[in-house]
Amino acid sequence: MSTRVKEILVVVLVLLFSAVIYAGKVSGWMTGVSFSPAVSVLVIVALAASLIVILVMTIKGRLVGRRTVFLYVGFAVALPLFMSISQYIPTSPEVRSLYEGLESLPDGSKVLVSFDYDPPSAPELQPMAESFFRYAFDRKFKVIIMGLWPQGPLQANQAIERVMQDEKYASLGLQYGVDYCNLGFQTGNEFVIQRMGSDFRSMFPTDYSGTHYEDLPIVRNVKNFSNVDYVFNLSAGYPGTIEWVQVAVDRYGVKLGAGNTAVQAPQCYPYLRSGQLIGILGGMNGAAEFEKMTGHEAKGTKFMLSQSFSHMIVIAFIIIGNVAFFMGGRKSNLSA
Amino acid sequence: MRREIPLIITGIVGIVFVVQYFIPHWPFNRMNAWFSDWFSIVQACAIWLGALNLLKISLEKIARRKSDWGYAVVIIVSFLLIAIIGFLEGEAFRDPGTKFTWLYDFVYTPLSSTMFAILAFFVASASYRAFRARNFEATLLLLAAFFVMLGRVPVGDALTAFMPEGWRLTDLATWIMNFPQTAGQRAIMIGIALGIVSTSLRIILGIERSHLGGD
Repeated sequence: MSTRVKEILVVVLVLLFSAVIYAGKVSGWMTGVSFSPAVSVLVIVALAASLIVILVMTIKGRLVGRRTVFLYVGFAVALPLFMSISQYIPTSPEVRSLYEGLESLPDGSKVLVSFDYDPPSAPELQPMAESFFRYAFDRKFKVIIMGLWPQGPLQANQAIERVMQDEKYASLGLQYGVDYCNLGFQTGNEFVIQRMGSDFRSMFPTDYSGTHYEDLPIVRNVKNFSNVDYVFNLSAGYPGTIEWVQVAVDRYGVKLGAGNTAVQAPQCYPYLRSGQLIGILGGMNGAAEFEKMTGHEAKGTKFMLSQSFSHMIVIAFIIIGNVAFFMGGRKSNLSA
Repeated sequence: MRREIPLIITGIVGIVFVVQYFIPHWPFNRMNAWFSDWFSIVQACAIWLGALNLLKISLEKIARRKSDWGYAVVIIVSFLLIAIIGFLEGEAFRDPGTKFTWLYDFVYTPLSSTMFAILAFFVASASYRAFRARNFEATLLLLAAFFVMLGRVPVGDALTAFMPEGWRLTDLATWIMNFPQTAGQRAIMIGIALGIVSTSLRIILGIERSHLGGD
């Protein structure tokens, strides 16, 4: 069988698998399908054993190609979604300090949330947004939403919709314009933050659906950052947390907490150590930790098993690759 | 004049932005507000310019039957579809339940998430083929990556659960992130900041003119 035929076969199999999963989700028979703990352990043992076989093959000089790596990453991401294994999620100091910063706010505080990301970063940042909204609505915070990225306010809508599917929050009778509002997107990057320092309304004369700023009771008395108790920024790049620190924190003394993608979080650590940031949620792990602290275990916690597995698989293949490197007289021949 | 006017505008705006940071009073605060508003307006126009430029380039590609011109057709159809639906739905086009939101939720979001998710496969494959302990520096990087990757997920804590608290992999990863990583980031940030200050001064004072298309 040629490589081309094999590739087509794999694509067909993946499509069939996806169709079965989707059909199962729509018809409902997939709901609650999960491996028992014993089966889950068996799957883990089988994966580990197959990796040891690959290591032995590598030592013998038979290297695996990149398609095998792809297959294992696929397994590592997909299989844990069906496993019924719980993990202990330790809390890092940066997440704890963000949570404590929020806890120190009185109930009913005004909180500004800036959605500075788009759908590619949603798997990491959307769970943070959802748990933040749950926490904020529990504490009766007044939530003002905005975005420096065009897709940000739409991501906020998705998160709110998701939270409102929960009966607990739907029954709170939260009113748009009174308990929360979405001011939408404004162009101008850090200049938007700078102008908000003197006048919110100049940047957001209307909310995202065209309601005038003065007609939204939640922001009627909000002129600038001095009328907001806390800013939470969800960011995947530029403009994002760094710009919020440089303008809103340094210039206007805003209290800022941030949720970042795992790739961006390391760039923000210097601001955390200097006290310019109250806390950081870094990647999906940060989301899971925040969910644990707020007592709303959801997507972030659920997906951490996949994240743990995929990290283990990558580490395993790095070790195998290095074994091949040293066995082959320090000449890398993994070009497949 | 094609070079002088942009130089004068850059100089005035640059000086005002620097001065207003230290003297946030009239007239600098007023000028700061004007220039910030103008910046937003110019950037909003630039988005249109970018969109129209994308259309022009894609149309040219189709007209000249350049390689992969089929993708240009997909770009134009997608662009027009989402723009027309957005315009037809009026000001509330982003409200839940609109066709625009449906396209965003069920077409744009899954497609762009899929593109990003593919990175996981490439990162794993690239790490397998290229992440080697070739020398001392590469070994240090490899070890740091090893500990951070394990320590940033709960499995790292589970693997070292027998160790006393404060000595587990998660603690090691936190230490790496808080100290060596932050120190490196700070060094990079200070270097970048100094570079930005010197380049900005050169541009504001008109010494650096390469952005105008000259030498």
